[in-house]
Amino acid sequence: MVAFIIRRLIAAVLLLLIVTFVTFSIFFLVPRLAGASAEDLASRYVGRTAGEEQIHEVAEKLGFSDPFPVQYGRFVKGLVAGADYSTGPTTEYCPAPCFGYSFVTYNPVFPELLDRLPVTLSLALGAAVLWLLAGVGTGVISAVRKGSFFDRAAMTIALAGVSLPVFFTGLLSLSIFSYKLGWTAPGGSYTPLQENPAAWAYDLLLPWITLAFLYAALYARLTRAGMLETMHEDYIRSARAKGLRERTVVLKHGLRSTLTPILTIFGLDLGLLLGEAVLTESTFSLPGIGKYAVDAILTNDLPKVLGVTLVAAFFIIIANLVVDVLYAVVDPRVRLA
Amino acid sequence: MSTHREGQPRLAGPAVDAATVVGPPPSTFLEVRDLRVHFPTADGMVKAVDGLSFRLERGRTLGIVGESGSGKSVTSLSIMGLHDSANVRLAGEIWLDGEDLLGLTPERVRALRGKKMAMIFQDPLSAMHPLYTVGQQVIEAYRIHNDVSRSVARKHAIEMLSRVGIPQPASRVDDYPHQFSGGMRQRAMIAMALSCDPDLLIADEPTTALDVTVQAQILDLIRDLQSEFNSAVIIITHDLGVVAELAEDILVMYAGRGAEYAAAENIFRRPEHPYTWGLLGSMPRLDRAGGQRLIPIPGTPPSLIHVPPGCAFHPRCPYEELTEGAARTDVPQMLESMPGHRVACHLPTSTRRRIWQDEVAPRIAGEGQEVS
Repeated sequence: MVAFIIRRLIAAVLLLLIVTFVTFSIFFLVPRLAGASAEDLASRYVGRTAGEEQIHEVAEKLGFSDPFPVQYGRFVKGLVAGADYSTGPTTEYCPAPCFGYSFVTYNPVFPELLDRLPVTLSLALGAAVLWLLAGVGTGVISAVRKGSFFDRAAMTIALAGVSLPVFFTGLLSLSIFSYKLGWTAPGGSYTPLQENPAAWAYDLLLPWITLAFLYAALYARLTRAGMLETMHEDYIRSARAKGLRERTVVLKHGLRSTLTPILTIFGLDLGLLLGEAVLTESTFSLPGIGKYAVDAILTNDLPKVLGVTLVAAFFIIIANLVVDVLYAVVDPRVRLA
Repeated sequence: MSTHREGQPRLAGPAVDAATVVGPPPSTFLEVRDLRVHFPTADGMVKAVDGLSFRLERGRTLGIVGESGSGKSVTSLSIMGLHDSANVRLAGEIWLDGEDLLGLTPERVRALRGKKMAMIFQDPLSAMHPLYTVGQQVIEAYRIHNDVSRSVARKHAIEMLSRVGIPQPASRVDDYPHQFSGGMRQRAMIAMALSCDPDLLIADEPTTALDVTVQAQILDLIRDLQSEFNSAVIIITHDLGVVAELAEDILVMYAGRGAEYAAAENIFRRPEHPYTWGLLGSMPRLDRAGGQRLIPIPGTPPSLIHVPPGCAFHPRCPYEELTEGAARTDVPQMLESMPGHRVACHLPTSTRRRIWQDEVAPRIAGEGQEVS
């Protein structure tokens, strides 16, 4: 298992390098191939009033006229060792891992990302706990009471949950619960957990529920289908033949098998969510990585976009690795190789 | 000798058979009376078991034999109370040690399950939970009915595994089912079933999924454990060879009803039901003359939704004409042709005996009908 993890970690690093290469190419190679000059690239880094002379100077400073491999090499070197960025009068040092330097906010990108990470983590993990409990719980009850009123109602709501996009349910719930009823925070505020846990939960409650609703619906359907299949297995009959209570049969024997594939999907969803909280964070104006990405795109701040892409890729790759390892832990038949 | 059945009523009236008379709890350990198990489906009512009666004493073994769909497994699941109550219609009585299982609350039946009656299933790989160790599953079976600590239960589990002949039980107890061979898995299943020392053990095709070489070992094991625990055993199989090894009594089932019910010796020496003859003829035997082909029973088992009227076997029965139409219209009752030998057939006893002696027995033994 240790050898497996080490191998997978090396593969993860290589994969991240490929992701950086592709992303970097999209921003710095593809425009050149399409005919843009080094000055065209540099013009995004200067004010509107800048003259040609200044633009040329910036292009030289940022090395846009260097051959592409040199530019990419410099970026990778910055990731590992840090880099210097000249802002004109002063030179800023961007410590490793340097994801780039934003000339819009005059800050290295990575610390800005780190600042926003707790928001995204809080949002994703809180929602994950909610949707796992609600989704799996609903799925189990639906499967055990197949065809009952509860089952049909839950599956109808789940169908709605799967079909409705988060910006719709989010805005709807904001308008009802925050603005009409005043039960929840109106969005736009975030209190760090360590400062005030109650305020933290209050600010995040509605985003959690909105996000969890979407996923819980999916998980309820998955769990229900899995349970219906599992409960017909021979080993369920064996468990009943032992004289186990039905509750134990369902929860210990049935759910145990059903949870294994759900855990896999859960890991991947969580990884994706950390990278793609864009919609939820925008809807609720939460200052997380997703919101950061949207703002970066709107201001044409390429180093930030590059940084966000890297962080998202990192989470997805790590989530995949964790899922693979967990799978071997929860299913003894799986051997890692 | 007795030919009293020649004058039996043509209409299916109330059974003359003592076993089907509703009455007080029997003194027998297990007594099934007129069991009916029907499943309503979109296509119609599936009559999986339709009026079955038998009895079994402690320390004895009953073999239930029949083709797929004859209702043998359904019968055993009814005794265990393992049918989904929403999808089944159960009628009749199943008396186990003075209690009618069909009249008990589900909770009471659950308490009996595993403790008083236990079951071994056909495919030990799918019958054991793949994500729990063999030990966890045996321990669980023991702790449901015995209020003991985990470590005591574990000791007991290791002892049970050793009892059923699993080598190095102290380490194998922590293995998962997929790490066991097929035979070892079935031994582990048996250990699980016997962990609470049940009075009734039902083995549903216990050797069908196993290697031939392992089959005999498992049958020996069941026999040894039975004499050790003095439990009553029901072996359910389509293989007459298996019951020949183990059972003292044999119940032959066809289309959810009993066809013939007698001591094992009589089933093999003087079977009286044409269906039993068919089963015997289609059973491979080493002592048969060389080159002799097996004799298949013509036709296929009937649909359990549209069971043929009268004797369910009559469309496949070569002697049906000899009943002068009775087999087509009347359901034959299980009647004693001699003490302890019950047959459900419209043929007069004397006719059956003559056919067996003159026609069927010689053909099965392979005298004459050589295949070139």
